[in-house]
Order: sequence, then C-alpha cells, then structure tokens
Amino acid sequence: MSHAKEAELFNNDEAKVNWHDQALWFVRNKRDKAANTVKGWEALRNLASAIKSNVLSNLDNYLIQFEENAQKNGIHIHWAADAKAHNKIVHDILLKNNAKKVVKSKSMLTEECHLNPYLEARGIEVIDTDLGERIVQLAKEPPSHIVLPAIHKTKEEVDVLFQKHLGTIPSNGDPQYLTNEARKHLRDKFLKADAALTGVNFAVAETGGFVVCTNEGNADMGIHLAKVHIASMGIEKIIPQEKHLGIFLRLLARSATGQPITTYSSHFNKPSLGKEMHIIIVDNGRTEQLGREHFRSSLNCIRCGACMNTCPIYRRSGGHSYKATIPGPIGSILSPGMDLKKHSSLPFASTLCGSCSDVCPVKINIHEQLYQWRQIITKDIKQPTVKATTLKMAGRVLANSKLYGFLGKSARFMLKHLPKFIINSKLNTWGKARDLPKVEHDNFEDWYKKRKS
Amino acid sequence: MKVGLFIPCYINQLYPKVGIATLELLEKLGVDVDYPIGQTCCGQPLGNSGYEEESKGACKLFIENFKNYDYIVCPSGSCVYHVKKHFDILEQTDDVINVRSNIYELTQFIFQILVKTNVGASFPYKVGIHKSCHGLRGLRLGSCSERMDAPYSIEENLLKEVKGIQLKTLNRVDECCGFGGTFSIFEEAISVKMGKDRIQDHLNSDVEVITGTDQSCLMHLEGLINRNNQPLRVMHIAEILNSTL
Repeated sequence: MSHAKEAELFNNDEAKVNWHDQALWFVRNKRDKAANTVKGWEALRNLASAIKSNVLSNLDNYLIQFEENAQKNGIHIHWAADAKAHNKIVHDILLKNNAKKVVKSKSMLTEECHLNPYLEARGIEVIDTDLGERIVQLAKEPPSHIVLPAIHKTKEEVDVLFQKHLGTIPSNGDPQYLTNEARKHLRDKFLKADAALTGVNFAVAETGGFVVCTNEGNADMGIHLAKVHIASMGIEKIIPQEKHLGIFLRLLARSATGQPITTYSSHFNKPSLGKEMHIIIVDNGRTEQLGREHFRSSLNCIRCGACMNTCPIYRRSGGHSYKATIPGPIGSILSPGMDLKKHSSLPFASTLCGSCSDVCPVKINIHEQLYQWRQIITKDIKQPTVKATTLKMAGRVLANSKLYGFLGKSARFMLKHLPKFIINSKLNTWGKARDLPKVEHDNFEDWYKKRKS
Repeated sequence: MKVGLFIPCYINQLYPKVGIATLELLEKLGVDVDYPIGQTCCGQPLGNSGYEEESKGACKLFIENFKNYDYIVCPSGSCVYHVKKHFDILEQTDDVINVRSNIYELTQFIFQILVKTNVGASFPYKVGIHKSCHGLRGLRLGSCSERMDAPYSIEENLLKEVKGIQLKTLNRVDECCGFGGTFSIFEEAISVKMGKDRIQDHLNSDVEVITGTDQSCLMHLEGLINRNNQPLRVMHIAEILNSTL
C-alpha cells in the first residue's frame, strides 16, 4: 500500500492524529529550546557535517584503522556484507558461547537486518530492553520512530498490553506503575541473559573504541551482566577522533529529545576480564548509497530522529505509514536505495517544505534528495497512467504559449460555468474537502493587454 | 532599470487580482515594469512531481521571455525558488545564469533592491502571516524556527509599516500548510489535515486575514476556509501592500 493510502487510514481517527502530532511537536519544541542554549549551534552543525563528509571520503582508511585499534584492545571484529551475513555472524557467536537468552538494547541496524525473527527461529530468546522497544516487541509491531519506538501508543494502550503480557493490574495508564512493572520484568531478563546485543552510535577510528547512548542504562545493564557483548554497526558510524565526540554528543541528544546529553553515553574500549566483546561492521547497501552522488550525504545520519519530529507529514501519518525500517524524511531518502520499487511512494510523501534539512544536526539536504529520488522514480518505476500522461502533456502545453493560452481560457470557462456538483465530483480530488477558487472572466494577461491598448 | 513581471501560471489564470496588485504596487514605487506576453510557467509542478525532464521546454521558454530584463519580479517565492534552484537542468548559458541570479520574489525585491519598507499602504485589520516554505527556507525571506540564527523577516518588515495593521503571532510560526503542488492531490488526506491545522492556529490567534507571499498555499487554505465557512479572509501580501483602505 502506498504512503498516501496508509496516511488516509491513519487520518480516519482525527483525535489520534492530533494527539500524535502534538506529542511529536512537543519534542520538536524541546529540541528548539535546547539548541537555542548552545552558542554557535549552526557552527556546530557545520562542523559535524564537515567531519561526516571527511569520513565518507576516507571511509576505507578509517574502517581499517578502527579495526586495527579495536583488535589491539582485544575486541573481535567481523565484517558483514549484508543482513544475512550479519545475522549469521551473530548466531555463530551465540552458538559458540552456548548462549540461549539474549538481551538487546536499541539498534536500528538489527531492525534493518530483521535479526530478532532470525534468532527466534533458531530457538534463541531475544528481549528488547529499551522500554519503548519492549512495548512494540510485546505488541508484535515494528518501531514507529527511531528514537521513540512506541510513540504511536498511548499509555492506556500500554496498560492493556502489559496486563496481557506482564500480568499487571489495570491502572488506567499510570506511567509510574507501568514503568516499575517493566523494570521488574526486565531485571529478571537482564540477570538471566547469556549475551548482550547493542548498536553503536559512534565508533572512533583513532582508538578502536565505541560509544552507545541510551536514556535508560539498559545497554550497560545488559553488557555488564552478560558474558558476551556483540555490537552491530553500519560502516558509516565511524568518526575519526575521540575529540569529535564533543561535537556529535552535544548535537545528538539535543536534536533527538531536547536533552543536553543522553543519560548514558557509555564508552567501550575493551572487554572486561574473562568476557568477550565483538563488533560486527555491516555494509548492507551502504557502499551502494555512497556511490550515488546525489544521495551520498544521507549516510551522514546519526539517527537522532529530529527530521521525524519536525516533519508535518510524519506527525500526521504515523511512522508505520512509511512501511520502512527507518520512517520519516531520512527513511524516505534511505529506503529507495534499498528497494526502489517497494519504497517508491516515500519520496512523494513530502511537500518539500525543507524543515527536515534545517533541523538536521549533520545538515543532510533531505528535501533536495527527495526531489532527486522523484526524478529517478518516474523513470524507473511505472507510474499511474493518469499522473504520467497528465504531467507529460502539461510539459508540452507549458512550452507552448498559444496552446497554454487556449487551454487556460477553456479551463477558466469550465470552472466558471459548470455546476458546483460536477466540479466537486469524485474525479476532482482537490474538491473533496476544498472549494476551487472563484474565477473571473479575464485572466491577468487579457487584463494587461486591454489595459495597454 | 527594466523589470520583467513574472506572473505564475495559476495566478494568471485563477487570481488575476494578485497580478494586478503586484503590477500596481511596483508602478506606485516608481518601477518601470513590463509584462512579457506569452509567458507560461516555470515548470515547477513538473519538477516537483518527478518530471523535470518534461519541463525543459517550459524552462527554455521562460528564459526566452525574461532574458532581456535587469530584474525579474514575481509574487511567488515558490516559483522564484524553482528558477533559482532547479534551472540547473538547462545548459548554463549567460542568459540562463542572468535570469537565475536576477529573479526576485516581490517583497524581497522591494526590501533588498528598492531598499524600502514603507510602501504607503494602509490596512486596518488583524493579520496572520503564512510563511510559505519555499520563500522561507528556500529563498530565506526570513529566519526559520529550526535554525538558531538571528531572527528576521522581510514580510514582517514590510507589513509592520502598513498603517492600521495588527500583526498576530501564531503558535506554530512557520509550519507547512500542506499544499505542496501535486502533493495536495496525491496525498490528499494529509494535505487537507495540514491545512486545517494551520487555519485553526490563525483562528486561535484572533486573525481576520491570512496573508503570505505564495498564492498557491493561500489557494489551498482559502479552499478549506470557504468549504467550512470559517470567519477568515485570505489575501496575497501584494494586495495588502497595495491597499489604501
């Protein structure tokens, strides 16, 4: 189903749309306030963007440097060309360690690779330990936002879900009670876990260490209790030097939730005594995206989600309407690179308002890339006949002054003289909820000619 | 100084009064304005829909029509932005380069080239500004809420000087109205919802007249307002700046 259809369904419940819009706008507002307290916010964005450009231009060298330094510190490095390879590597490590129970902190990459169903099919229990992720996991849904995975659910819905899965008593959506119950439930899972999986926010080439950011401390809890730590990272997660973290950490939390810093920004440099630490470096289509001139900078993304919170379409259509691992504006420029046909409606799910590009902490020109994807999609993917013919015809009309003058006059004539019920019929999508402008007899050009003579 | 007036296709056909207000305003300000007959469209509806290739004929015609002017002025930020940003699909001849660098949105031209803020208008109403996205974030007619730059707004600079006007502040100062060209048709549900939300913000802010630099956004809002019989009027900024009520 196209984004437009999904969005229409979401809009059947206007109260819910308003609630969703306001919840995310609240986060966007918090971000504005937080960004405003940083002197030189725009300079910081410029720096972050420049560092990411440098990384993408020298990715091969940085990755090798990272690997060497990490290995020196006793970390095992694995390379995965695609999702399948990634999942197999994870499974092999778990098998070797006889690990049956796994706790996982937030990682969009493992979502992208569909790791959970892969492991579950092989008899391994995977528990998402981020509260939002756990909620959607219990609901058997994908996350609808990359930072706020359960933002589409009200606390009352969570209440019902917890009653069913965690045996809680009805609390009318009491957040205090529900989070306490989640905490008890997760604590048990942490204590029994054989291995901890995490994502990676930043991997430092200079040191071979990496940083994982969470607000709940759930990554740390998992890592410190389990014998094995497996961290999955996309190849673009590299930053050159440790000092650059000062730029990215300041931008990330403020852009994501309006916090000055994530509650836990945990640095991992080597395994603890007697434990194993693995990093899987994953490509899965990223080098291909790197090779696309117009779309390369989409790999700057640090997954803060600010473009989703600001996007007036995302806020009113919900993350699930995108049917992609990464929803919203950034997802709409990343996903077509993975599967153009499947995601071909996404670059059109935008008014090209440009808010995403201006909010982006690493200055990805998201709305310009949406425009560029549209040019490719109309060539490579079959478009609805009406749309294609109309627009192609319009191209010929607009290149011809006389033809344009004639058709303009006819259209105005019809708008003026046809009865309203015909104009606002089903054929006219515009007229479902909007009146058409009242037309006058002369257009501007006629008026101008008369005035001159 | 010879100025070519570019009246976007939908203004020409559907809102001639906006074109008239623009022309009269420029003439009032002592500008030598000429409207090249036979102009059509900048090609934006095609480009934004993914049919940039098919728009080349319209773009070339545009250059032909406007290549001999010192400045090109247009009452639409969106169309100006398209010429500036997307005419890179044409071979960059001197004519193309000149047209792209000499084209201005109306308020931008008054403020930056004529260096005027007071155009002698009066308009005793409560006005809310709809800051259209392509003017705001494309042409940078003002600071946008996402960026932490020093605040400014060309539209406000001009409107503040209008006698009797009361400018109202909105809750969301620069959210998109949901028009988006063919988006308004192909994503109808969201487009309508976005427009309704913008209108409600103006109503909540005690606005009587919504204005802006892009008639396309205003057409979308007006369509909703008229359908729902809401107590709001919609006027292009040229109409207010040309007003002597």
